[in-house]
Amino acid sequence: MIFEGAVHKYGRDVDTDVIIPARYLNTSDPAELAEHCMEDIDAEFVTSVQPGDIIVAHENFGCGSSREHAPVAIKASGISVVVAASFARIFYRNAINTGLPIVVCPEAAREAQAGDRLRVDLAAGAVENLTQGKKYGAEAFPPFMQELIDRGGLLEYVKSQLAEGSRS
Amino acid sequence: MGSTLTEKILARAAGRDEVHAGDIIEAQVDLALANDITAPLAIAEFEKAGFTKVFDPAHIALVPDHFTPNKDIKAAGQSKKMREFARKHEIVNYFEIGRVGIEHVLLPDTGMVAPGDVVVGADSHTCTYGAVAAFSTGMGSTDFAAAMAWGRVWLRVPESIKFVYSGRPQPWVTGKDLILHTIGLIGVDGALYQSMEFTGEAIEALSMDERFTMCNMAIEAGGKNGIVGFDEKTMQYLQARPEGSRARTAGKVFASDADAEYARVLEIDASAVPLTVSKPHLPSNAAAAADLADVTIDQVVIGSCTNGRLEDLRQAAAILRGKKVHPNVRAIVLPGTQQVCLDAAADGTMQALIEAGCAFSTPTCGPCLGGHMGVLAEGERAVATTNRNFVGRMGHPGSEVYLASPYVAAASALAGHIATPEEVGAGQGRSR
Repeated sequence: MIFEGAVHKYGRDVDTDVIIPARYLNTSDPAELAEHCMEDIDAEFVTSVQPGDIIVAHENFGCGSSREHAPVAIKASGISVVVAASFARIFYRNAINTGLPIVVCPEAAREAQAGDRLRVDLAAGAVENLTQGKKYGAEAFPPFMQELIDRGGLLEYVKSQLAEGSRS
Repeated sequence: MGSTLTEKILARAAGRDEVHAGDIIEAQVDLALANDITAPLAIAEFEKAGFTKVFDPAHIALVPDHFTPNKDIKAAGQSKKMREFARKHEIVNYFEIGRVGIEHVLLPDTGMVAPGDVVVGADSHTCTYGAVAAFSTGMGSTDFAAAMAWGRVWLRVPESIKFVYSGRPQPWVTGKDLILHTIGLIGVDGALYQSMEFTGEAIEALSMDERFTMCNMAIEAGGKNGIVGFDEKTMQYLQARPEGSRARTAGKVFASDADAEYARVLEIDASAVPLTVSKPHLPSNAAAAADLADVTIDQVVIGSCTNGRLEDLRQAAAILRGKKVHPNVRAIVLPGTQQVCLDAAADGTMQALIEAGCAFSTPTCGPCLGGHMGVLAEGERAVATTNRNFVGRMGHPGSEVYLASPYVAAASALAGHIATPEEVGAGQGRSR
């Protein structure tokens, strides 16, 4: 999959409380969550984000609470992919599980500026900053995670495991 | 090569002789849990995927503790979804209002966790149960849905960091100060994807309540789990759980080998750790409480899954007894469970807190995550015994949270600014 969009740039340690504040967690409706995405760190985000845009952040993106509402809100807001120097552990799993594409690429994350056009080729593991004319290699998913993704996600994987178990 | 405590637990759960850091395993789950925020999303995924039954209702816990007693109509709807799912699948460990407590205080206290267990929870503070020498870690709702259906979970075996705390803490210095200080040293991603193993003389001297507090905050350093080795105190705690409970009847005790491999060993002199406060807006922003006397406050919150146990409330009461909360301060106490309430009532703790001018709540996560029961307005500042001080965590994005121990929180409630027990004339403190 190839994504191309404008960069929304953030620093390090963007926590899930600012991605989607807990005061909105009395619902799990993606559209409703998207209305408040990034609200406490970037009040303009919701009005400025265009379908396909890309969030770029420094280290430890998605730290804090385990709320899966965070990747759900980002995805429903129209963001196509998140590029970061590193991701917090639970957010990483949640992004894979909810189908929000994520890419670990410290160099691209450091150099990208708000508003830059970025092109991300997930399969090739390539990030290109079209505005700055720079290309970067991204970290590949560990093989097991790639297999999970290829098999349609965690719950599809579990279904096949359970089916295998009941046959044997 | 030897194994760490965490590696040994994961090897057992994966049915292997040994596993080591970096291995991907499928581990058997002894307990899977979720709350009223994370369960509804999990239930939706579970049903959407077409699962019709849970792997074993006895090994699942559903705990409505975040926005309960229902704070608004939408929250009531979320709770209702969870309650109906629990009834449909005969999940006996669904805890109704009036019996419920904050999940990470309630579940170990009711004996649902044994040493050597693998616990996964759709709540980041699930790492709390490492205090009973179990492997426990937080996950999202889809992972919880998968664990409910499958009874297994995929995990990458984490590298471990060994923290060795030498010496004895100063008077009034608690496990909360040790963990805030530690996060200050290594940063909010200092243990990213790793296990935090807490060892040393000072850890051996900690109470179980303090060990729960330390393991609870492993996630605030990015840790996958926090863990403390099994000892006499662990055994006494487990033996005091309800008869027939898992804590009394199951479990397996493991210990790290002398030649286990650690990613890092960090030695910390516990006798040099000050009363510690984490300033806004990261738990790693640690400072000495004594240096923050010019920070005036509007609210104090004592409780949560971090510090809502009986000992925490007793510590607060030791400072507040016979005195009055500062006129400009709202002090709110959130006990961890109904049993904590009863115990606090029986030994005079509750009375001392109420007479001092504290509001005493039913168990709930409440204001810790800005839900209800003490949300902050713009420009307001709180000292809280909770675990996070992110932007907007306790309410308005223009409010501030300072994290501290119950002693410091209680002293600050009296002073109207960040204060130490000495400053409010609390005497000598305890010796260890």
